[in-house]
Amino acid sequence: MKPLPLYASLVVGLAILAAAPLYGDNYVVRTAAIVAMYGALATSWNFIGGFTGYPSFSTAAFFGLGAYVGALCQRSGVPMVVAWAIASVAVAAFAALLGGILLRLRGHYFAIGSIAVVELCRLIVSSWSSLTGGGDGLNLPLVQGTPEDLMRFFLMVMLVILAASLLVTILVDRSRLGFGLRCIHQNEDAAAMVGVNTTAYKVAAYTLSAVFCAAAGATYASWTGYIDPTDSFQIVLTVKVVVMALLGGAGTILGPAIGAAAFVLLEEVFWANFIDWNRAILGLVIVVLIFFLPGGLLSLRRRLMPGGAA
Amino acid sequence: MSDPILRLEGVSKTFGGLKALTDVSFGLNEGEVVGLIGPNGAGKTTLVNVVTGNLRRSSGRIMFEGEDVGLQKPYQAARRGLARTFQIVQPFPAMTVLENVTAGALFGGGAASVGDARDKARQSLEFVGLAPLADRPAANLALAARKRLELAKSLAMNPKVLMLDEVNAGLNSSEIDGALDLIRKIADSGVTVLIIEHLMKVVLSLSKRLLVLHHGQLIADGPSREIVSDERVIEAYLGQKFAARLKEMHHG
Repeated sequence: MKPLPLYASLVVGLAILAAAPLYGDNYVVRTAAIVAMYGALATSWNFIGGFTGYPSFSTAAFFGLGAYVGALCQRSGVPMVVAWAIASVAVAAFAALLGGILLRLRGHYFAIGSIAVVELCRLIVSSWSSLTGGGDGLNLPLVQGTPEDLMRFFLMVMLVILAASLLVTILVDRSRLGFGLRCIHQNEDAAAMVGVNTTAYKVAAYTLSAVFCAAAGATYASWTGYIDPTDSFQIVLTVKVVVMALLGGAGTILGPAIGAAAFVLLEEVFWANFIDWNRAILGLVIVVLIFFLPGGLLSLRRRLMPGGAA
Repeated sequence: MSDPILRLEGVSKTFGGLKALTDVSFGLNEGEVVGLIGPNGAGKTTLVNVVTGNLRRSSGRIMFEGEDVGLQKPYQAARRGLARTFQIVQPFPAMTVLENVTAGALFGGGAASVGDARDKARQSLEFVGLAPLADRPAANLALAARKRLELAKSLAMNPKVLMLDEVNAGLNSSEIDGALDLIRKIADSGVTVLIIEHLMKVVLSLSKRLLVLHHGQLIADGPSREIVSDERVIEAYLGQKFAARLKEMHHG
């Protein structure tokens, strides 16, 4: 996409979400916040899965760890926003260390390894009762305010995280880092031969894919006021985020966020109208979309407007 | 004579019990064009892999510009100016020809920005004659053009030593002539070139000095004219029986 239409669609999209309280009730605002949250998760995944081509399923691990680190900080008296920042930094450091080991694997092996990280984190968190409360979960200090105010506040926070992840995506896309990641995606051995420090680049992408997930997880914990291991480390969340990114267009700038919005809206529609069949219908829609739109929703633009190629 | 730019001292490489390289020593002088020949399986590609860090040498020293680079990773070799091409070409298939070469200039050539790298890449494409195809996806190129792309990518990295692993394999004879002119042009620009080939004709027309590898051992190193009449070399290539027959023919 050319810079101007890109920025325009970015601003319009964020504005539509931010304006939710003006045109919708609490349910609409909540949906907007969920769209923003999943948008940030899918945009994060895009660094490692889209740019670099490493099929990571670690999203839920970063989200859950972010939730727990944030919750533990808040429970020991750290102010909420500071707790979110600490969670983001701590999980980023964790991802950098883990990436150094995990990114030696390629293809399916990496995918399996990254799923195992989610399960391992869940098991460790549920077993370490003295720190994490185990299966009983953790309560967080309640945020003061009316339900409407709270919903608006968390919508804005999620939007900030989404906007930050998109901004970093744009910067990476134009930089040496983005170029190198695309080289790795195409042919990792050839990338090393032209002088790309593939290990360092992959670790950077993996770390970027963690930091916004952790911020979203910590925010989500403060929002719901209670977290437990099964809810925080869901394999379903990990898979959903990957589907969203593919749906919108992996490796593009706006694709993953657009895919997240489309997915959340579809999910809401099917929940509301077909309570018994919603999962089946959603599954069908996903299969159809991936079969007929392998490049994601963004590739429609190219198909419909031959002159509008990216 | 000044010190060689690249020097191997007793380099060996084993894969389990298999000795792929045994005690290989030689030096390349700056600006020299040297041919490395040997029958299939002699260890030619292994030798290149060991020098560029794709494989770790089992023992010995690899000195590049007076520095021991035996433990380097491939990306470090590329940044130091030790470039190579692959026997099986390795493009970034979905990128354009220009982007492929830009990658070389940006990471290996140390260009300051993506824009600078792109300028440098255009020069390299001009040099190898691929400029008209700059905006084509690399995957659409025919083999001869892909080999040129590999060369352009390596040149964009500002190499000091360029190792060409069978750049002529699979080309027809007019394409080979074109490639030879190009290699000559590269050598004239001052780059030290090591040509790995099993086509004698190609090597002889380019290099005054030949290295011969057989069963992982360097069995000859010297001026091309002497090497091609060396008995051990003929034996390595043709087998003892045919070598003996050839000798009889010469003497008979």
